[in-house]
Formats: sequence, structure tokens, C-alpha cells
Amino acid sequence: MNQDIQTTQGGQSPSRATGAASRAEAQQRARYSEATLTPPVDVIEDTQGITLYADLPGVSRDKLNLQVEADTLIIEAESGLALPEGLTSQHTEVGLARFRRVFTLSKELDADKVTAELTQGVLKLSIPKADHAQPRRIQVNVA
Amino acid sequence: MYRSLYPRDMLAEIDRLQRDMQQAFDLSPTIRGIARNGFPALNVGGTPSTIEIYAFAPGIDPSSLEVNLERGLLSISGERRSVLPEKDAKKTTVHINERFDGRFRRVLTLPDDADPEAVDARLRDGVLHITVQRRASAQPRRISVQ
Repeated sequence: MNQDIQTTQGGQSPSRATGAASRAEAQQRARYSEATLTPPVDVIEDTQGITLYADLPGVSRDKLNLQVEADTLIIEAESGLALPEGLTSQHTEVGLARFRRVFTLSKELDADKVTAELTQGVLKLSIPKADHAQPRRIQVNVA
Repeated sequence: MYRSLYPRDMLAEIDRLQRDMQQAFDLSPTIRGIARNGFPALNVGGTPSTIEIYAFAPGIDPSSLEVNLERGLLSISGERRSVLPEKDAKKTTVHINERFDGRFRRVLTLPDDADPEAVDARLRDGVLHITVQRRASAQPRRISVQ
């Protein structure tokens, strides 16, 4: 059961400022071409479902790819920064432009009804619980 | 071993550790220490005519964001509100809480040739991009020989 919630094909390698000195960087990038950053998340659950917030700075809607496959939620994104000509880096704390994080959803969550919002680089996902999974209070019988 | 803001795969982490080790053997580190793991994450670079700073601060309240430049010290401060529910909210559980919330402030020193009158700051998609022009008089100039 493949489901693309928002489709994007931001599959190009991240563009960087070019310069003679960045050839070494290009080699490093080839080594780490699969490397992605893991965005920090907050996950909150209430009676209606699960809300997930993820930090995706520099990511606009067209570079965000959300997928739900069976019970796996995949968040992939690419950040786009305006890099001027001839930029040399002095101090880098965010060294990659791609994000990826994968979660396993439990059965009572309704993967078809996920809604997503992306504002100011924060992704907010609402994953409701399936109707049949609404809480039912179980009577405890005291013997 | 500290948890970095955006943890990556093992190879990249080991490379980074190696660079940090080299920095640790610096005989006279700056008094503000080696910047690490503050919020927001910073990338600093430069071109021949500008100094470029990228602060990765998604979801902050723009009215609380302040960028100040005083005597060569650039400070970025503000507040990010928590999305977590109130402490006594019923039937609400916080399963994962990795994102920073609260007040933050990061400072960095700009080089001597930074021009405090020509600073531009833009916030887009959670990235604050600050461009500081270098003083024109400090730019390399070619002197012609008669």
C-alpha cells in the first residue's frame, strides 16, 4: 500500500558554491552521498491521534517528500540555501542539505488520513487514530 | 559523547570528531570556547566581499527574534515556544521531545573588516541568513607599478 502524501522529486544533489578548494569537498560528498541529517522531532499523543513536529530548516514545500508504505512513515527533505558566489566555509554545524527520518506507525493509526503542514521550516504531521480504534473503557471487575 | 543537534551517520560523526580533536589541541582557544550544539545551529562562511552567516532556527516567533551587532560581536537571540501540552493535560502523552524550546542566544565575533553599517538579515523557511559587508577599504586592491 504505497501512498505519496505530497510528491516531489527533489532528487538532485545539493548545489554548493564552487571553488577550486571544494574539489576535496566534492570527493567527500561522493563518499557521503547517501548521508542525511536526522531532524529532531517532538511526538505527542492524545485521544485523537499523534502529532509530530519536525525541524526542517530551509525546506520549502516542493522539496519535502512524505511517504507512507504499509506501516512505515518516511520523511525526506532537501533544504535550499541561497549561497553566494565564491563562498568558503569557516564553521559548519549543519553540513548536509538532506534530511531523512523513518518511523514505524502502529496499527491503530489511520495512515490514509495523515495531514501535513510546513511553515517556517517546521513540519507538523497529524496522524489520526482509526475510528475503530477509539478508546473504550474496560470495566474492571473486582472479585 | 554529546548529542549533536542533527546527528548524522557514523562516518561523518567520526570525521567531525577528528576535526574537533584538532581544535582541542589549540594552544590558545578563544575565550568563548569552541561553539558547539547551541540552538540555533550556525554555518559561517565568507566571500571576498562579505561574511555570510546561516542560523538554522525553524519555528521561532519572528517578533522575539533579535539580531544585534555591537563592537564586532554579533548576537542572535529569541524565543521558541514549546509545542508540548500543559503539564496536567489529560490523556496526552509526550513520546519524543528532541526539539529545543525556550529562549536562546548565540554570539559570534566578526572579523575586523566587518562593516556594522551594512548588515542584511533575512528569515526564510526557518533559516536566518545574515550578510555582513566587509569594509571597502579592507578589500585587496592592486597597486599599479609605474
